[in-house]
Amino acid sequence: MTGNIMKNENLVQYIYGIADNALILGQRLSELCGHGPSLETDIAGTNMALDLLGQTRSYYQYAASLVGEGKTEDDIAFLRTERQYKNVLLVEQPNRHFGYVIARQFLFDVFHLLLLQELQRSEDETLAAIAKKGIKEVSYHRRFSSDWIKRLGDGTEESHQKVQEAINDLWRFTDELFHMTENDMIVADEGVGIDVKQLREDYYRIVKEVLEEATLAVPEIKYFQKGGKQGIHSEHMGYLLSDLQYMQRTYPNMKW
Amino acid sequence: MTIELQPHIDPKLIPILEKVHDPEIPVLGILDMGVVRSAIMKDNVAQIKITPTYSGCPAMDVIGDDIVSAFAKENITAKVQLVLSPAWTTDWITPNGRKALEEYGVAAPLGEEADKAVLLEGKRIVKCTNCGSTNTKMISQFGSTACKALFQCEDCLEPFDYFKCLK
Repeated sequence: MTGNIMKNENLVQYIYGIADNALILGQRLSELCGHGPSLETDIAGTNMALDLLGQTRSYYQYAASLVGEGKTEDDIAFLRTERQYKNVLLVEQPNRHFGYVIARQFLFDVFHLLLLQELQRSEDETLAAIAKKGIKEVSYHRRFSSDWIKRLGDGTEESHQKVQEAINDLWRFTDELFHMTENDMIVADEGVGIDVKQLREDYYRIVKEVLEEATLAVPEIKYFQKGGKQGIHSEHMGYLLSDLQYMQRTYPNMKW
Repeated sequence: MTIELQPHIDPKLIPILEKVHDPEIPVLGILDMGVVRSAIMKDNVAQIKITPTYSGCPAMDVIGDDIVSAFAKENITAKVQLVLSPAWTTDWITPNGRKALEEYGVAAPLGEEADKAVLLEGKRIVKCTNCGSTNTKMISQFGSTACKALFQCEDCLEPFDYFKCLK
């Protein structure tokens, strides 16, 4: 127990933590639209981006209603500064090549599904409803990315090497998924938020199973990076946001 | 957020709602899709609750606008509200809707187990909407929209969409 009572602001910050992951990963996948290695994978990437942006909208609409003061989902998505985004470092990493995109997706999907499976039991019925809806979509994402991990890992020498390097490179961002911020603890104490520390064991077990089936080595890296949950992002985030926010910054209050 | 397991639709509003179709699958009415969760008249305003098929389904905004304009034509003000729970499932597509899908060239969703066998194990049981053969294979788990997978018939070689089972 932290002894603090959850306030509206705590819940809003908690929602950002979850929703920003979906927004930023959705943005990364959207960048691939028209650039996938084949038509099918291109469509799959954009479909997953669409699911994630849809989930983001539900979270942001809810957050905006809690903030009040005439705030909208667009203000939250487009008008915050870098430090105000609470996504993990993993999801903001750039699209280096297809194997890298798949590795990033896989490492996030396994976590995402575990998180939503818990969040559907949240005391907050709006969050529970968004999670229930999301589970159906994210199950497909995890299936897709797991399949491709196996296909690339157990594919050609080159695909194996590339996806192994991607997993090795991204591994240092996985530990952050299970960090609890002070705010997370306050919201978890109310039965609204999830104690992500509890998901760690299942996560690494599932990831290892898939990697082994894909004939890929499980990295033995002990050094992990963190900071996204506190708003301290990697250098890639600024570039991503300048793309994401361009229209609203250039033409304030524009609408589609 | 209200939880309504059975849709509550005022029979008087059905003829108006029947005029609204899914913009991405125009043969499918929104009632046959099962996205209308409640439709009642309250203080002379039609209160309509719809639920999205997929979270990011861009058709929802259009469907909402189409509902408002369909009611406006009858001089009725309509208010559309999006509800998320209970989450939409392909079980809510009516038999009529399934028929319309097939005729349109989209294979209707199979049951949950059959769906898994098709998408995960490559079982050949989805019927080609062109020639009826079940000698079909999945090309991509994601098709032209988030709710569909892309298939191809190995007999007539036509590609077609399969509406994925969502439970």
